Amino acid sequence: MMNFADTAVAVRGLRVSRGGAEVLHGLTFEVPRGQVTGLLGPSGCGKTTLMRALVGVQVVSGGEVTVLGEPAGSAGLRRRIGYSTQSPAVYRDLTVLENLRYFAAVLGAPKDDPERVLTEVGLADAAHQLGATLSGGQLNRAGLAVAMLGRPELLVLDEPTVGLDPVLRQELWALFHRLAGRGATLLVSSHVMDEAARCERLIVLRQGEILADDTPDGLREATRTSDLEEAFLRLVAERAAA
Amino acid sequence: MSLVITLATARRILTQLRHDRRTVALMVLVPTLVMILLYYVIDDERTFGRFAPVLLCVFPFLVMFLVTSIATLRERTSGTLERLMAMPLGRLDLLLGYGLAFGLAACAQVALALAVSLTWLGLDVPGPLWPLVLVALLDALLGTALGLLCSAFARTEFQAVQLMPVVMIPQVLLGGILVPRARMTPVLEWVSDVLPMSYAIEAMARACADPDPGGEFWRDVALVAGSAVLALLLGAATLRRRTP
Repeated sequence: MMNFADTAVAVRGLRVSRGGAEVLHGLTFEVPRGQVTGLLGPSGCGKTTLMRALVGVQVVSGGEVTVLGEPAGSAGLRRRIGYSTQSPAVYRDLTVLENLRYFAAVLGAPKDDPERVLTEVGLADAAHQLGATLSGGQLNRAGLAVAMLGRPELLVLDEPTVGLDPVLRQELWALFHRLAGRGATLLVSSHVMDEAARCERLIVLRQGEILADDTPDGLREATRTSDLEEAFLRLVAERAAA
Repeated sequence: MSLVITLATARRILTQLRHDRRTVALMVLVPTLVMILLYYVIDDERTFGRFAPVLLCVFPFLVMFLVTSIATLRERTSGTLERLMAMPLGRLDLLLGYGLAFGLAACAQVALALAVSLTWLGLDVPGPLWPLVLVALLDALLGTALGLLCSAFARTEFQAVQLMPVVMIPQVLLGGILVPRARMTPVLEWVSDVLPMSYAIEAMARACADPDPGGEFWRDVALVAGSAVLALLLGAATLRRRTP
């Protein structure tokens, strides 16, 4: 059992229903502080819903979600969590810098924060470009930059690397580890299993249930395979047999 | 609620408008152009003097309703609202930010329409101008507030645009422009009594005809302002931090 100071997120029996059907069936897990934890699973398995519940924008039907020592959705958490949604939530009719300045003002982040995060995500060249003229990858990074404003203790990033080229993906994962190195906790979702190897801890989700909650090595060992994609398939087969 | 966040929001919305010059041009010019068209269609200054105040009333409301309902709907569908709801932004910060920004836009709109009406089109206002401006601005704010409220009931921009006639046409038909309100059948008169536009049109007519608008003018103004506040509060209730 981890103690409180080491745990960024503690979830007990989380249940969420959407559109009349239960999509998360009583999840229990913890996310350690200062690490990159991957939330993996196929599209539609409940990753986004789970992330929305952690951030406190999802109506939940049961269970307890504690984030940074406070119940999820508490007013005090709104400055401490950075959240980036799957489709980049930036204003298309503002420039990247104008977007960042506005969100920085809402968060009460330092004046030079917009420039800092732009440099960190490698988007400084596009600072004065309108959101509507950005490429998909640039939009993605703009959304990520907004989440980094104000140096939040917890970053909840929903598929931040989807659709990006391999070079960019590698750069972003390096950035995630840099942020974790500075003490931030990251929860990063992906439906691509090869990204799992870049995380320090993995939570594998399927059809609203946790299939595995382990380190990448632990997962390889438990499923007796070196390939994480294969490991996922074996977990599914095991669960079906049980 | 925080003044800093409200002002930052208003500034952000004005910046968005600045990047969209065509919308600004349409917003500011269309009421004036319709005013000019009406003048030449009627071709009679006295009749024009009767209809002009109504247009000054209807237009700020109409345009602000449309612009606000679509802008907030976009905010809901693009995910920026969800992002803001996860941040320390109060619901009223957002609503008042929209009210402030579009209120300023309405000022420009009314100022131009009024200036052209008073000079070129020879509209004659016996008393001071400020009551007219006050009513027109309250109308714009009412439009903004109702637009915010109605955007909660539209899933798509198509629906939002279709809501405009639903909200607008009954208010204009029952507002006493075509038929005086007192001559309507009782049921319609009751409905007319609860529609804020009825009072806005009445107040505008008084402001244009009476050099010294008195107690009844202020009652109408208070009713319009009260409706705007009510719509704003109902709009705030439709913004939820947690959504299903």
